Amino acid sequence: MTDLVIIGGGPAGMSAAISAYENGVKDILILERDDSLGGILRQCIHNGFGLHKFKEELTGPEYAHRYAKRVRELGIPVKLNTMVLEITEDKRVIATNSHDGIFEIQAKAIILAMGCRERAKGALNIGGSRPAGVYTAGTAQKLVNMKGYMPGKEIVILGSGDIGLIMARRMTLEGAHVKAVCELMPYSSGLARNIQQCLKDFDIPLRLSHTVVALHGGDRLTGVTIARVDESRRPIKETYEYVSCDTLLLSCGLIPENELVSGIGADISPVTSGSIVDQDRHTSAEGVFSCGNVLHVHDLVDYVSEEGEIAGKGAASYIQGTDVRNTDIKISVDGKIRYSVPQRITEKKDVTLYFRVSGVYKNVRVNIYGDDKLLISRKKQRVAPSEMETVKINRDMLDNISELSLKLEVVQ
Amino acid sequence: MYDIVIIGAGVVGGMIARELSFHKLGICLIEKENDVATGATKANSAIVHAGFDAKVGTLKARLNVRGSEMMEQIATDLGVRYKRNGSLVVGFNEEDETTLRSLLDRGNANGVKGLKLLTREETVALEPNIGKEVTCALHAPTGAIVCPYDLAVAAIGNAMDNGVELKCNFEAVKIESRGEYYAVKSENGEILAKYIINCAGAYSDGVAKMVGDDSFSVHPRRGEYVLLDKNCGGIVSHTVFVTPSKMGKGILVSPTVDGNLLLGPTAVDGEDKEDKAVCPEFFASIFGIAERSVYGIPKNKTITSFCGLRSVGSTGDFIINSPLPRYINVAGIESPGLSASPAIAEYVVQLLRDSGLNLERKESPVTKRRSMHYFRDADRKTKNKIIKENPAYGKIICRCEGVTEGEILDAIRINPRATDLDGVKRRTRAQMGRCQGGFCSPYILDLLSRELGIPYEKVTKNGGDSYIVIGKTKEEKL
Amino acid sequence: MKKELTCIACPLGCTVTVTLKGKEIISVEGNTCPRGKEYAITECIAPVRTVTTTVKCTDGSLVAVKTARPIPKDKMMEAMRIINYTVATLPISVGDVIIEELFGSSVVATAEKQ
Repeated sequence: MTDLVIIGGGPAGMSAAISAYENGVKDILILERDDSLGGILRQCIHNGFGLHKFKEELTGPEYAHRYAKRVRELGIPVKLNTMVLEITEDKRVIATNSHDGIFEIQAKAIILAMGCRERAKGALNIGGSRPAGVYTAGTAQKLVNMKGYMPGKEIVILGSGDIGLIMARRMTLEGAHVKAVCELMPYSSGLARNIQQCLKDFDIPLRLSHTVVALHGGDRLTGVTIARVDESRRPIKETYEYVSCDTLLLSCGLIPENELVSGIGADISPVTSGSIVDQDRHTSAEGVFSCGNVLHVHDLVDYVSEEGEIAGKGAASYIQGTDVRNTDIKISVDGKIRYSVPQRITEKKDVTLYFRVSGVYKNVRVNIYGDDKLLISRKKQRVAPSEMETVKINRDMLDNISELSLKLEVVQ
Repeated sequence: MYDIVIIGAGVVGGMIARELSFHKLGICLIEKENDVATGATKANSAIVHAGFDAKVGTLKARLNVRGSEMMEQIATDLGVRYKRNGSLVVGFNEEDETTLRSLLDRGNANGVKGLKLLTREETVALEPNIGKEVTCALHAPTGAIVCPYDLAVAAIGNAMDNGVELKCNFEAVKIESRGEYYAVKSENGEILAKYIINCAGAYSDGVAKMVGDDSFSVHPRRGEYVLLDKNCGGIVSHTVFVTPSKMGKGILVSPTVDGNLLLGPTAVDGEDKEDKAVCPEFFASIFGIAERSVYGIPKNKTITSFCGLRSVGSTGDFIINSPLPRYINVAGIESPGLSASPAIAEYVVQLLRDSGLNLERKESPVTKRRSMHYFRDADRKTKNKIIKENPAYGKIICRCEGVTEGEILDAIRINPRATDLDGVKRRTRAQMGRCQGGFCSPYILDLLSRELGIPYEKVTKNGGDSYIVIGKTKEEKL
Repeated sequence: MKKELTCIACPLGCTVTVTLKGKEIISVEGNTCPRGKEYAITECIAPVRTVTTTVKCTDGSLVAVKTARPIPKDKMMEAMRIINYTVATLPISVGDVIIEELFGSSVVATAEKQ
């Protein structure tokens, strides 16, 4: 029996482990599938991490190192090269590695921190041939940064998510020619700073409202057909354009790697593909918590760490039997706000809501109603789907309400 | 000098090689690609047809029904996944019902067992998710599903266990008849053999021309497919066809033996035997038809789409003949070629026997093979025993499909050996899941590079110039 | 003359407008914090960037590195060439100096390698 099993040793899992430890739970085990702690941060060698958390700009490995060091200092046990195969409703964790074989651990609580995966090309319905030379941006990042190999030298990137932008710069610095970044939407899903420092700095064209409709080439990619898309995102035939290249990188969205929850029947949000959680990141399966990109995809690792802390603390209270449930408030969103995390509040205390909007809107008010009463109204010049927003709800706002609704109202 | 050279290592060439390998013969199986099972065998509907579709009296009809009867035992012997899930051909109106009636009659004449025409209610009882407009269906309980490349790989592996030699990247470009034997020439040398069996699929007409036989031609018929994620296979248990048209058996919705859901194929006749391009427009049409026959297909669970080329012969039937002494064509093996493949092998062996080849059976040929899935299918206790002996089986490389390093090493080490990423994928399912190799392909590259003793930049996706990386960073070569 | 810049100092990515008279900066508007102003001024006078990349180690593997301070933007590619010729000696800890001086900055390891 182990008090707390944490699945995943990336930023979410490490932060959750430290937080649980500091909140009094000492019997913790982190299960990590890779050969070292750090998760995807290990291959994110660029800087821009940690401004919220450490008030300085760190690279991915540096950010991971700070947490890994703390985990080591606290003596929290970690099993590396260990893959969790299944978790059960009664909180048994079944995992495998070369040393222990397939083994089972009975946990009092579990924190899910498995991260996310990239949307693969098969899900994108791209026509044409099926040559070598098509990779997700993250796979290319691993090949270049961890293994030291160049996937190609003439690159087209589909999708302007941050990883795609970062890889545009990275490939350029290593000597490749990035010919274009195509983005299906009329706006980029990456951070404005990355458009500047990863594309504009290197004169890489960003083709908004464009997509890749076909791949060409026999053995290896020789080119792609790109096209402008209309308002309903359908390619316009008259705009088909051939671009020669030997590599296509895909940066078309991230999906929580949430398959393990199927074993425990926790409720899943169809919007985030992550679990539905309360303010402690407690899922609907008792004793199972979720945080980081497996819960919802974040743009900043600082928020991932923050969420890990919340989940770690929540799991500690649960294990110690000090968790409180004194309310049940549902959090709803209008269409312009896509989702919020948490989706419900079960304990009256200060809670920060994290949410994302569904489109780019200018001059808006984020209004939060408790039942029908306006509690908070915050003006925003611009909101975009790529940037997670937060709003803090005070404990005293939670008295005598059954629902919090988040609405985005455009100011005329 | 070999007794027999078989040209083409697809499922047909592989099944023939296996059947012949039980006899005291020197056999060489040649393949122009970097791996076996890369032509039509790789991309088809993965169906063992019951046999009601082919015209009465044709080779197609006879070999389909016989092959379908043989398949279960062969799949068991070779450790290949096979499931007799039954098939349904659904109709939407009276015209379809008439067609289904004639299919029923044809099936009965072909000797297919258990065929029955069902009402809508009876169909819904079998398949609750059947399309709302479906009015009737033909039920064929002997229809089955099998993994075609798994079958080909296992059959060729079994043949190799019995001494058959496999030469990949060996494309026949010229054949010379030298009296009592033939010389099959390629850019990598020549092979001498007394007999030739032409199983070259889309290229079998070209091979026939090399020996002076221009009695037939083969053209490719493109078939595009969509594959959905593993948890989607449960939406139907039967293979669901729509009532056939002139161009094919229509779009099907079928579970695969691995639990995925397969939709397709389109049917577009073409000329280019390498054109496996997927038309961007086809997705809408495939989903449109599929959603009519089965209700609630989760489109957003699509994990990949691909195009296969069926080798359509000019005669309308399978072309299995011997126009010259010691030379046999096995051509035009379009659907139901996979279903018929065990029977085709049996038939070809009979042709050889009839032509006077001395077929003496080995004393104890290997006829069974350990399943490539033996680790995956084992219980936990057995798995832990295996991991203790070989820790590589404890390490998961492909997280989506749960494939271990041990299984990938098996694929690279056991005949016929995988030497590229796609070869590992077909044998183990690694890279075949949701992330399509995003996470595991760099690890598999490591293993291929190490096991084959070749640098990273020489490892390919599927042979030829399909390199994954072009070189090391920091080497100023760009 | 007005110049519009996207601030790269933090993930907010503010649009900052700089008013210039010749080479003289008259005003900076749109920044949310003092770092934004600082960025805008530098960007107009002598733009700089932090370079993050990898360096070869003695065993052939790679270790992640960065310039400890931003270097002139137009020297990035030249800096890459020099870093690419460098071989770092193992073991390496986070913060170890790999190159003492490169366009006004040192190059330091951002990951550890045994």
